[in-house]
Amino acid sequence: MKSGLDPAQDSPEYEIVLRPETNWINLELKGIWHYRDLLLLMVWRDFSAKYKQTILGPLWFILQPLLMTVVFTVIFGVVAGLSTDGLPQVLFYLCGQLGWNYFAQNFNSNSTTLVTNAALFSKVYFPRLIVPLSALVSNLLAFLIQMATFAAFFIYFKYGLKTGGFHLDWHIVFLPLLVVQTAAVSLGIGLLLSALTAKYRDLVHVTNLMIQVWMYATPVIYPLSTLLSKCPPKWQWIIALNPMVVIVESFRLMLLGTGTVNAFFLSCSLGMTLVLLVAGLLLFGKVEKTFVDTV
Amino acid sequence: MSRPIIEVKNLSKVYQLGSIGATRLKDEVAQLWDRLRSRHTEQKKEAFWALRDVSFDVQPGEVLGIIGRNGAGKSTLLKILSRITQQTRGEITLRGRVASLLEVGTGFHPDLSGRENIYLNGAILGMTRAEIRRKLDEIIAFAEVEQFIDTPVKRYSSGMYVRLAFAVAAHLDPEILIVDEVLAVGDYEFQRKCMGKMQDVTKNSGRTILFVSHNMGAISALTTTALYLDHGGVVGFGPTAQTVNAYLTDRCCKSGVWKAGGKTAAPLQILEVRMLDASGAVQDEFEPEPGFTVEIQYEVREQVRNALVEFYIFSADGIHLLTSGDHDTAPERYEKRMPGFYKASAQVPGNLLNLGTYLLCINSGTHHQTFDSEEVISFHIIESHRMSTRSNRRGLLVPMLPWKTVVSTSSVTREPEA
Repeated sequence: MKSGLDPAQDSPEYEIVLRPETNWINLELKGIWHYRDLLLLMVWRDFSAKYKQTILGPLWFILQPLLMTVVFTVIFGVVAGLSTDGLPQVLFYLCGQLGWNYFAQNFNSNSTTLVTNAALFSKVYFPRLIVPLSALVSNLLAFLIQMATFAAFFIYFKYGLKTGGFHLDWHIVFLPLLVVQTAAVSLGIGLLLSALTAKYRDLVHVTNLMIQVWMYATPVIYPLSTLLSKCPPKWQWIIALNPMVVIVESFRLMLLGTGTVNAFFLSCSLGMTLVLLVAGLLLFGKVEKTFVDTV
Repeated sequence: MSRPIIEVKNLSKVYQLGSIGATRLKDEVAQLWDRLRSRHTEQKKEAFWALRDVSFDVQPGEVLGIIGRNGAGKSTLLKILSRITQQTRGEITLRGRVASLLEVGTGFHPDLSGRENIYLNGAILGMTRAEIRRKLDEIIAFAEVEQFIDTPVKRYSSGMYVRLAFAVAAHLDPEILIVDEVLAVGDYEFQRKCMGKMQDVTKNSGRTILFVSHNMGAISALTTTALYLDHGGVVGFGPTAQTVNAYLTDRCCKSGVWKAGGKTAAPLQILEVRMLDASGAVQDEFEPEPGFTVEIQYEVREQVRNALVEFYIFSADGIHLLTSGDHDTAPERYEKRMPGFYKASAQVPGNLLNLGTYLLCINSGTHHQTFDSEEVISFHIIESHRMSTRSNRRGLLVPMLPWKTVVSTSSVTREPEA
C-alpha cells in the first residue's frame, strides 16, 4: 500500500470499480490490511473506554470468571453434585470457562455488530470486518488475563494445597491453534447472526437466549464423559455437531490432563468451524453492502 | 485532459418502499407461506428510484458542487460514491483514495480525550497512525483546543467538539474528498477557515472534492462545476454559476405568487406571498427603476410573543442581500400578535437591486421555533427599455447616489513644498 501522499491518478493500483453485482468471495483482505491501524485503535478504545469510569477497571476480567466459578462450585458442584471427572471443582470450572468465555464474549460482541454500529456504518466506509475482528482481539486480551488467573490457581492448588489428580498435558502445544479455532467459530456464528439480526430485528432477542442454551449444551459445567454416558450412541453425532464441545473439552485435556477428545469429535468440530466461518463470511459480505438502506 | 478521476455511468438506485426498515421474520414467513401455496397476494412493495441513470465524470482537481431539493438523490449519490451502500445498476470508477465526510465527528467517543479521539477519528476516516502522528500538532492548533486536548470530549462545548472534528477531517489526504452538508454547523469564522483549508488543498495538490450543500453561497464560492439533481436524475451539469441559476429558477414559483401547501400546526402561518409591480399587478419581472412590493398574508391562530414575519432576498449565487420584517416599523407587533388574518406589504425601493435573478425567501418564527422558512419566489430585475446608462453596471446594488459635481476653479491644492 502506498502512502497517502502519492498522487493517485498515475497509479493504476488505485482504480476501484464499483459494480452492483455482489461478489461472493470478496473478503477485502487488502482493505483490511490498509485499515490495520483502525483495528488496533478500536481494540484500544474498547479497552480504555470500557474501564475509564469503573472503580476496579480491568480487575473485572479476573473477578467475573472467579465469581462465576464460586456460583458453579456451590450450585453444580456442591448442591447438585455434578461430576468433574475427578478434577478439583474450582480448577474444573475455571478451565471450562476459559474457552467458553472467549467464545461467548465474541458471540455477544459480533452477533449484533451491524445493528449496534449502524450509525457509524451509515456515515463512513471502511471494511466492515474490521469491527468484528477488533472484537476478537479485544476479547483475546480478556482471555489472556483469565489464563493468568487460571495459572495462579493451578499453581496454588498444585504446590500450595498439594492437590493431585491433574497435570499439564503435552497437547498444550496445540493451545494456540485451539484459541484460533475458538476465534474462528465465534467469528463465523457472530457474522452469520449479525447479518440475520440486521435483516430481522426480532432475532436480537433470540441471540441472548441462544448463548445461554448453548452453554448448557456444551460441557462447561459438566464433563463430556457425563453427557456421553447419558446419550445413546446413535445420537452422539448431534453432540459432535456443536464445535464448542471439543474446544471446551480440549482446554481441559491440555491444562488439566483429563478430557474426552476423539478423532470423530475433533473432525466434526473442525468441519463445523469451517462451515460456520465460510457461511458467516459469505452472508456478512452480502448483507454489509446494502444493509444501511434498511436502518 | 487526463483521465477522469471519477466516472459514473448510468447509476441507478432503487429502494423497495415496502421493505424500508427491517423486516420481521414473521412477515417473511407469511410471504413464503403464501408463495408456497402459490397464492399471489398483491405485494404492497413500491419501488422508489432514488437515482435514475445518473452519469457524469469528474476531472482530477475539480471541485464539484451537488445541488438539488431535499430528496433529489444527493445523499444517495454520496453514499454510493463513499461505498456506504451499493447501487442497483450502473458502474462507478474511482481512480483515487476516497474519504467521505458525511457527518462531523463520526466515531468520536465521549469518554476519550481530544487527542485520543483524533487518532480514532482519523483512523476511521482512513488515515494511518503514522500519518496522524505527523499531523497531530497541526490538527490541534487548527482546532484551537490546545488547553483541552487531554480532556474527555464529553466535557467540550459544542463549538470545540465541532472544531476538533473538522480539524481532523480538514487534514485528510485522500485524492477524492466527499463532503456532505457538514459545513452548516460550527461558528461562521471557523467555517470560513475550513473552507479556506479545503480550497488550499485543492489548489495545491490537485485534490478532487465533491461537495453537497443547500447554501448556494458556499457552492458558488467553492466549486467550479455543479451537478443539479432532481427526482434522482441529472437536470443540469456544467459551470457552477449557470447550474446554480437554473436550480434557483426552477425551485421557486416563477409567477410571482406563492401559496402555502397546507395548514401547519404552528400558531402562525404564512399563507400567501405576492410580488407586485408599481401598478399593483402580480409580476416576477421588474424594472430596476420603480422597485416592487412584497406582500405577505399570514394567519395568527393563537396569541404569540416575539414572533417574526420577514422576508429575505438572496442573489442567484446565494448571497443574502437583505432581511425585512413587518415589526421593523411597529415593534409592538413583535411583542405580541393577536389571532386573526393579516396582510403585510413592504415596498422595496427602485434603484436598489442590479439586473439579475433573485430569490425571495420567507421566514417566520420565534427564537425557539421556526414556523415557516422557505424559498418562495424567484424574480428577475430586467431592463426592457435601454434608456439609462445603468445596463451592465457591475455590483449587486445600483443605488442612485446624489452626486454633486461643480466646476472647480483651480487644480487640486498641493501642499507647499518645504
